[in-house]
Amino acid sequence: MTALARKKIAKLERLAELAAVHSKEQGESLWREALKRVRRNPSAIVGASILGVFILIAVLGPFLVPYDPGQIGVGIPFGLEVKEGQAIYPGPNSEFWLGLDHQGRDMFSRMIVGARQTLLVGVVATAIGLTLGCLIGGIAGAAYGLGGKRGRTIDNVLMRFIDMLLAMPSLLLAISLVALLRPSLMTVMIAVGFISVPIFARLLRGAMIAQSNAEYVVAATSLGVHKRKIALSHILPNSIAPVLVQATLTLATAIIEAAGLSFLGLGNPDSSQAEWGTMLADGLFNSRFDYAPHLALFPAIGIIITALGFTLLGEAMREALDPKLRK
Amino acid sequence: MSLLDVQDLSVVFHSKGREDVRAVDGVTFEVRSGEIVGLVGESGCGKSVTSLALMGLLPPRGVKTGGKAIFDNGVDLLRTDQRTMRDLRGREIAMIFQDPLSSLNPVVPIGDQVTEVLTRHRGMKGEAAKKEAELLLDRVGIPDPRRRLKEYPHQLSGGMRQRALIAMAVACRPRLLIADEPTTALDVTIQAQILELLKELVHQDGTAMVMITHDLGVVAGLCDWINVLYAGRVVETAGRHALFAKPTHPYTHGLLSSIPRLDSVRGERLNPIPGSVRDLLPWLEGCAFAPRCDRVTEACVEGPPELTGGAHAFRCVNPVLEESGQDEAALYSREVSGAIE
Repeated sequence: MTALARKKIAKLERLAELAAVHSKEQGESLWREALKRVRRNPSAIVGASILGVFILIAVLGPFLVPYDPGQIGVGIPFGLEVKEGQAIYPGPNSEFWLGLDHQGRDMFSRMIVGARQTLLVGVVATAIGLTLGCLIGGIAGAAYGLGGKRGRTIDNVLMRFIDMLLAMPSLLLAISLVALLRPSLMTVMIAVGFISVPIFARLLRGAMIAQSNAEYVVAATSLGVHKRKIALSHILPNSIAPVLVQATLTLATAIIEAAGLSFLGLGNPDSSQAEWGTMLADGLFNSRFDYAPHLALFPAIGIIITALGFTLLGEAMREALDPKLRK
Repeated sequence: MSLLDVQDLSVVFHSKGREDVRAVDGVTFEVRSGEIVGLVGESGCGKSVTSLALMGLLPPRGVKTGGKAIFDNGVDLLRTDQRTMRDLRGREIAMIFQDPLSSLNPVVPIGDQVTEVLTRHRGMKGEAAKKEAELLLDRVGIPDPRRRLKEYPHQLSGGMRQRALIAMAVACRPRLLIADEPTTALDVTIQAQILELLKELVHQDGTAMVMITHDLGVVAGLCDWINVLYAGRVVETAGRHALFAKPTHPYTHGLLSSIPRLDSVRGERLNPIPGSVRDLLPWLEGCAFAPRCDRVTEACVEGPPELTGGAHAFRCVNPVLEESGQDEAALYSREVSGAIE
């Protein structure tokens, strides 16, 4: 090669490098780019704002309440209405913004404190489902993708177990679990978490199997990298995106399902701890819905808005992480 | 003493309800230490399958391999157990793939992918591995390696990615490098640079290389020995100069006359080979190339032709026997030096 040619190449390479630096910003991982796309999506912003407010309320709840949410009869000094021979606590007014429930507790305070319970149930239940599901799905996916004949057997055993869980209607499964374990807050979280295990397991397994045929897996194999290492540091990071999206969406369903269990009377039996699902049930069954519909309405609206927030954010994340939708 | 001795390699794919596909059929070649051997052929001729078979990377189910591939110390690459194979891969034999983007893990920084090999085979960890990775990237001509280590594959250019893959392949100074169309996904100027780099690395380390390509321009400037494959069999095998000076098999001859040369007259038409690889005859019935060959005779379809002719062997009953006498390899070469000077 002549000196001239060498110089030319060096120059070209410098130019190419400069161009590359300017066309793409530096140090951007897949996640950071996804985050950027999420931020540009209006529904994500709405979802995130809802969740932001929700989390803020959940965290600061006890400092925001005007009355003790557990104290029965705070409203009595302000007078009761009597309808059809039944004492009814007054509805929303300047003193009690959302009215009083059937035991005379301040609804506004209970809604605020209930946010924390609701968030806790959602997060813990999803975490339980995510952990168990990823464990089962990850092992099954890695075994199927890389483990040869024996791997397929392992995958088969694990997946038939998951199929069994899937075969049962999820709420029914949760109800039987709660009945088995005695109702308490922890039981609700375990039950709701448990029914989301199959979703996570199947999702991660599918993604991992798809990834295990990817060329970079073959390339890593050709360099003698151990199978376990390939599964953990190559296949798993590439398969986790759909699972995380699903986790966001599951947070929404977990909140709804936990509320559903409470609604059916299988929630936290200690009603001094406010929880939206229990409040909804109280509003429907323990007070006069025809005279005080707001007692059921407010918890329901709370649940709907929160679930909506998680769903919007989850959908936006799905869009951001889906390579097919990338521009 | 040959480093890799492939004898009668065959790969057959089974699938239910379909006829077996003999992707590779009795391929025999050898690679000596420090030598660059080319496997040339068009898509579907079995060249990639050969490389995957040698690396033990073919899927375990539905594939049957036959023959032998003896590597250096007597290990048969086709029959050895997984554990030995895993230790060989990356340390003794490494592979460079065609598409550098999909061969790199998109969510792991380049540096981690390079150090992974160092940790696996050379037991290097932490700062030492990082240092070595930096040296490796520098060695394959990636500028500012310290910064590049932290970057993700999508942030690098195509040529840069291929350089990173090459860095991973040569990290443990393997004795055999299998390059499966390493330049196909790159544009022409980068192709030349990558070939130059490979040549340099192989020369420095005394590594032997099997270069798999469909591009005769690539082998012309690089390989010491060339095997031309057609429909899973070697149809011609010769040293570089002999092959380009005297392409004997009509297929090789056709390939050479279908690519432009540096000394061709302006406006001269290229002569493509008619038909496609799909128009083939099973080797058992005759020459697989017969349906596309312009020199076909009755003799071509009377049973499989044998590989004959000694050192410059060809598998044809009706070979092309014209000889140009001069060293023609340079006229097809894709080397940087040739192209820019």
